[in-house]
Amino acid sequence: MNDSVRQIRDFFVSLKLTVVLLVLGMILVFAATLDQVNLGIWAVQEKYFRSFFVLTRVGNVPVPVFPGGYLIGGVMLINLIAAHVYRFSFKWRKAGIQLTHAGLILLLVGELLTGLWQDEFSMRLAQNEPRNYSESYRANELAIVDTTDANFDEVTAIPEAVVENGGGIQSPRLPFRVVIKAYYPNSGLQGREGSNPAAPASVPRATQGIGLNVDLIPQPVTYKQDERNIPAALLELVSGEGPIGTWLVSADPRMTPQRVEHAGRTYTVGMRFERAYKHFTLTLQKFSHDRYSGTEIPKNFSSRIRLNTEDGRDDREVLIYMNNPLRYAGYTFYQASFEPGNDKVTILQVVRNPSWLIPYLACSVMTFGLLWQFCIHLFGFIGKRRAKLHPQPKAV
Amino acid sequence: MKKFLPLAALLLAVLYVASTLRAPKNPGAFDVGGFSRLPLLVNGRLKPIDTVARSSLLQLQGRQTVTTAEGRKLLPAEWLLDVAFRPELADTYPHFEIVHPEVLAIFDLKAQDGQGEKRFSLRQLEPKISELQRQARLADPVEAAVRTSFQRAVTQLYGNLVHYQRLRHGFAAPGRSDFLGELLKFQDTVAAGVTAIRAKQAGQPHDEAVAKAMTELGEQFVVMNESTTFLVIPPDADNADLAAWRTAGAALLETFRSGRVNAAALAYAGFGHAWRNEKPEQFNKLVELFRSDLAKRFTPALEKCDAEARFNAAQPFYASMTLYALAFFLAVFSWLLWPDALGRAAFWLITIAWIVATAGIATRMWLEGRPPVTNLYSSALFVGWGAVGLCLILESFFRNAIGSVAAGVIGFATLLIAHHLSLSGDTLEMMRAVLDSNFWLATHVVVVTSGYSATFLAGFLAIIYIVRGVFTKTLDPTTADSLARMVYGIVCFATLFSFVGTILGGIWADQSWGRFWGWDPKENGALIIVIWNAIILHARWGGMIKQRGLMALAVGGNIVTGWSWFGTNMLGVGLHSYGFTDAAFIALTSFAISQLVLIAITFVPQAKWRSFAGLRRA
Repeated sequence: MNDSVRQIRDFFVSLKLTVVLLVLGMILVFAATLDQVNLGIWAVQEKYFRSFFVLTRVGNVPVPVFPGGYLIGGVMLINLIAAHVYRFSFKWRKAGIQLTHAGLILLLVGELLTGLWQDEFSMRLAQNEPRNYSESYRANELAIVDTTDANFDEVTAIPEAVVENGGGIQSPRLPFRVVIKAYYPNSGLQGREGSNPAAPASVPRATQGIGLNVDLIPQPVTYKQDERNIPAALLELVSGEGPIGTWLVSADPRMTPQRVEHAGRTYTVGMRFERAYKHFTLTLQKFSHDRYSGTEIPKNFSSRIRLNTEDGRDDREVLIYMNNPLRYAGYTFYQASFEPGNDKVTILQVVRNPSWLIPYLACSVMTFGLLWQFCIHLFGFIGKRRAKLHPQPKAV
Repeated sequence: MKKFLPLAALLLAVLYVASTLRAPKNPGAFDVGGFSRLPLLVNGRLKPIDTVARSSLLQLQGRQTVTTAEGRKLLPAEWLLDVAFRPELADTYPHFEIVHPEVLAIFDLKAQDGQGEKRFSLRQLEPKISELQRQARLADPVEAAVRTSFQRAVTQLYGNLVHYQRLRHGFAAPGRSDFLGELLKFQDTVAAGVTAIRAKQAGQPHDEAVAKAMTELGEQFVVMNESTTFLVIPPDADNADLAAWRTAGAALLETFRSGRVNAAALAYAGFGHAWRNEKPEQFNKLVELFRSDLAKRFTPALEKCDAEARFNAAQPFYASMTLYALAFFLAVFSWLLWPDALGRAAFWLITIAWIVATAGIATRMWLEGRPPVTNLYSSALFVGWGAVGLCLILESFFRNAIGSVAAGVIGFATLLIAHHLSLSGDTLEMMRAVLDSNFWLATHVVVVTSGYSATFLAGFLAIIYIVRGVFTKTLDPTTADSLARMVYGIVCFATLFSFVGTILGGIWADQSWGRFWGWDPKENGALIIVIWNAIILHARWGGMIKQRGLMALAVGGNIVTGWSWFGTNMLGVGLHSYGFTDAAFIALTSFAISQLVLIAITFVPQAKWRSFAGLRRA
């Protein structure tokens, strides 16, 4: 083996590297925790953990200032595997340490897969209203639905990222082009009083639909955990003969889709939270919200829900409550929230994470390994101590 | 004499503890104790009046005793009786603590105007209450985490005044000289009164004076009902449902429908009458009658209330704190003089203090029906308990008083922290829905808190090493060696517990929020403790650190744990954030700085360590 290969090997199997990585990881976690105050939990995960480098903007240029979670985790993974392959020799005394590290490898891999695969949605169920889709927490879409056929809706969904890019959007399913005249990542709506619009002059005016009576007020993007951004856009529909009109669309739930008549067909346009359709339907039957008597402290939330599939194979009632989610078809439904003052609505969190079992497995392995090692040390220590104190502890 | 020292210490400690367990005596002819054990429902929990009085006093003024302007000392329950039934007296008691100079400026008051330079009476505040109200309204929309210290102080004082109003309106209508007489008259006239009001509403002839008196009384009841959250009136006979408890005002309002004044509301008015008019026999008879009526439906609850009032009066954590402090001094002296006798004495004191704390925690668990750690306050109790428990094990192995010194410091400090955390109100709180799981509270929370205990203990053992090594000549190589082994062992223990605890937390999070790991501040705090302990172990195994490095890193563990325990709650974000005060932030920062100073001291060259001077490297 030549020198440089040996040096590389020594670098990757060294315990010093482990310690350096642990220190870097700790600093990263600490900085990320502090930054949550500014960025919110979601943006922090993207910036610090699901990245190779933590980037800071100097002017308009992103500059890497610290290794990110993928880099630290990745090198840690290499370090762990390399060290164990290189030094591996089975001894009962070492088995605990080896198990612990094997579990850690599994845990790191699991977190990587979670980062890559996990999807989170929310599902708002009103009593007795079946629903077969969940909605994204963050992503939105512009939905243009052909509702001419009473039995069948043809949906054209344009992701928010495309809307954000602006310009013209052409779909073979639509007889018109959609031209984004303006897009706002967060906004508020305000009913117009009198004839003077409250919207700033820079916002283009709508010529059709709700936008004639409602004003759009652009808002700064929020990172708070309990708030969400309400994107809005002004879009012009242009057919072969020329412009049809300009509509204001917003993801504000109060704004229902607006009707557009064109060439003998009926469409609705609207901005909405991105939907993920399921092959089964959930219907809220009863939502219970118990409080401790004489207080507003919540004691328990639970939702009794009817679950049925399109093919009729499943048709049953389930009860979802705190710490007791429903796992079905690769999704997990958790009791997440409720609408204050409205006991006829429940809000579920829907998570799809194919790798959800890995942390459980990893943790069992690690816990077992640590216990093993701890017991070996403890008994060794007590044994030594006994031998030392022999024959009798000094009388006091 | 030396020989009997440990035994004497043990005996004295036992006597001291026994003295706290005596039943509290009534201060005069009134059965204040009996009254203070009556139950009421506050914040979802049935508790004795005594607890309400004590936690109210802690909240208003940071201590449980009140001294009137004339120098008379009041028991908490006596104070509450005055607040409820003799408000004109209570309004002159200095029981509002104000330390913020700008808040004092609102009232044109100076610190010297207050008792102990910080406690003021409602009389003193009254002229400028409306200004305080205006300031509180200005501060209200500001998010709690970003309020200035003035805004925080204003909000807190305003909240305290509201709380005081709740107490005043909880039992009887304040400001009436003969509320009982009014109620008795009301009982006789309610039928006629309702008829008069009905007639008035229908525009028919009626007795205007009767209708007016009725309306006025009704309005008074509405005010009573709306000004309080204390549910003092038990459900009607043969009903034991917690949801049927109500305020005195609500119970009195029912009279218009039922035509009969609620017996419990009448009883409280009777307490007021007897208390105002100095009639102890009447008062004591009423306590007896009221209690025997409640006993028909609420025997288990009454037993718990009795036990809780007794627990409050015994103040076991205060006794424990005193013993920890004493033991600490004995143990330190044992390094200078009579190591065996003083060391033994310290060990026994720690043991008694720990048993008392154990009993205190167990009583709280029984009262609440919960595992030991349910909020920040109980976590402080438990961290101390766990660390002292480990110290007792260490001490029984090593017998060099090091475990006792560490136990004394940690036991005392954690109970002091707990005392400060108890100032925000009753510490036996109901659990919010997501936390309402005894299984996870018993596993995740207990294990992770034991991890805190161990990490702190390792840190304090390291401090003993550093202080003894640098400043004294008492750290001989054998002691240094055993300290190093203790720290190493405890770090191993800490790694195991904080790791397993964090993992269990992940599993709980997966069960309730749908993700194993969410990078929430409290989760990150726990992770940082795990990483820190892992750094210590790997650096030690890799030979990167020796004894002194181990000690420096272990002290660093104190900062990391302090941050994770309290610092993460101060960020005001995340699912785990609960509670934050200015003073806590200053305390945490000073703690971190003091630990950094100790770490810096570790780097003093070994030759300058007094214990090692002239020795070769240990």
